[in-house]
Amino acid sequence: MDIQCRKTGDLLVARVHESRIDAASAIQFKDRMREILQDPAPRIVLDLSQVGFLDSSGLGAVVAVRKLAGPGRSLELAGLTATVDKVFRLTRMDQVFTILPAAPSGAVDHAG
Amino acid sequence: MPAEPAAAPLDSSQLRLEFPAAPTAVRIVLDRFLATLPVADLQPNLRANAEIVLAEVLNNIVEHAYAGGDGSIELTIRADATGLHCLVCDHGNAMPGGLAPYGDLPDSLGEDLPEGGFGWHLIRSLAQDICYQRDMGVNRLSFWLPAEQSGNMS
Repeated sequence: MDIQCRKTGDLLVARVHESRIDAASAIQFKDRMREILQDPAPRIVLDLSQVGFLDSSGLGAVVAVRKLAGPGRSLELAGLTATVDKVFRLTRMDQVFTILPAAPSGAVDHAG
Repeated sequence: MPAEPAAAPLDSSQLRLEFPAAPTAVRIVLDRFLATLPVADLQPNLRANAEIVLAEVLNNIVEHAYAGGDGSIELTIRADATGLHCLVCDHGNAMPGGLAPYGDLPDSLGEDLPEGGFGWHLIRSLAQDICYQRDMGVNRLSFWLPAEQSGNMS
């Protein structure tokens, strides 16, 4: 699971470079995010702008990652594509997560 | 059993696929065959709904009907002006109580957020005329994914 990180001060942006987070990849997503969360950054933004599809297994994995981050940190989502946004809205998880239109710039401008 | 889904297009508006009950095969079906007829020319919204609903239906069969064991799934999709008519068959375990789940959303209040239980809610949110039958050891689930009718606000 290709997830690239950029850190700016207290902000850690984790950008998922995969087209899908689904039943076939949810465990790898969770494992990779568990590694990334070893960084103590208090604010984490998960950039999903490259993810075109997420199923209920992927949604469950994103919820699990929020729990892994722990109560003292925020996990926000950014750049939801149309189908991913629809899954969050239909399950009302859009009311649970802070969802940004795009990942904060600066932290991702130099990615790659 | 072939590792790759076998496609047997019956005519330009119907697609029939048989594939192994495995997450990777489900991904191939969604990724590759939703990009072919009869789905390719669909409105983007209907295509998205089809991908969401079929992912949940097919992965439920992998995880629950076959419980991770070997098996096959048969998917028939027929497209017409009203939308997509889908039939999914498998030889796995019957649905609990012989009924398709109601799809109530799990309780998401408080800090103990649910990590599962979203699948049937998504299916029931987007699909209509959902019919489940268990017959001679075969699970048959049929449903309809409506196209957006111009001028129809419903």
